[in-house]
Amino acid sequence: MVKFSIKEELCKGCELCVRACPKKLLQLSPDKLNEKGYHPVMITDESACVACGSCFSTCPDTVISIVKE
Amino acid sequence: MAVEYKATQLLTEKPRHYCPGCGHGIIHRLVAEAIEELDVHGDVVGISPVGCSVFANNYFNFDMVNALHGRAPAVGTGIKRAKPDSLVFTYQGDGDLASIGAAEVVHAAMRGEKISTVFVNNAIYGMTGGQMAPTTLVGQKTTTSPNGRDADWCGSPIRICEMLSTLEGTYYVERVALDSPGHINQAKKAIKKAFQYQMEGKGYCLVEVLSTCPTNWSMSPVESMDWLKENMIPYYPLGVFKDKGAE
Repeated sequence: MVKFSIKEELCKGCELCVRACPKKLLQLSPDKLNEKGYHPVMITDESACVACGSCFSTCPDTVISIVKE
Repeated sequence: MAVEYKATQLLTEKPRHYCPGCGHGIIHRLVAEAIEELDVHGDVVGISPVGCSVFANNYFNFDMVNALHGRAPAVGTGIKRAKPDSLVFTYQGDGDLASIGAAEVVHAAMRGEKISTVFVNNAIYGMTGGQMAPTTLVGQKTTTSPNGRDADWCGSPIRICEMLSTLEGTYYVERVALDSPGHINQAKKAIKKAFQYQMEGKGYCLVEVLSTCPTNWSMSPVESMDWLKENMIPYYPLGVFKDKGAE
């Protein structure tokens, strides 16, 4: 099981993780804004995540953390 | 098998002041993870430059000193000679290292100082507003080269890795990039190797990381990564330029 968590208040909406995700599971939340005024990233289908770590690796603000049991 | 990706304790939780998509954040994580894996975090001194990463001390959970513009290798030399058992590294941008600090880095490398340098090359001056740097590519538009860099007038960009690898004092020189997760992993390995060599008492190590500046390149972060791949890597080839430990 993959537990995917996003610190939305740190996200700057740069979309580097969206570019990196091989399963195309990430997108910016269309209806949400964080304190800084960015649309934070969200995962569309957590169960499809393979925990490859590409999004974690490319994120400049260490927004994402992933634990796979 | 359990897999875990989360921020290391060596990074503070403070939100970083960098622009969206800035490579500094990625490189900060790589540096912190490399130090954590080497298990030397009790005795680390980093030297931050002048440039966008001038406040890098806010984001690392170990000692940092801020040097004058370009003078990080000179400050690092002093710290390392006074505290030879500490891991001492300088973190410098291209405006800091290749321009105003060119003399310091060349002479620190020539002397074979046992320090490591993480050199962030994004081909522009970021903090001061996107002026042309010594590493700006020919034809690249900046605020001081609005028609693109003209090689006849300004010369061609400087390749630091190639230049420093000719010096006897350098022990390990590698160029890496941030444009893909694979290259980022390679960058971390290179930074870790540079720190490892230092802990073994070897000579000067430098890792050049090709990074982006979406704001001053006037691109989105995603476009800037593609631009890096298509334009910077052909001029600044990736690879190991010198590794005395592997000879």
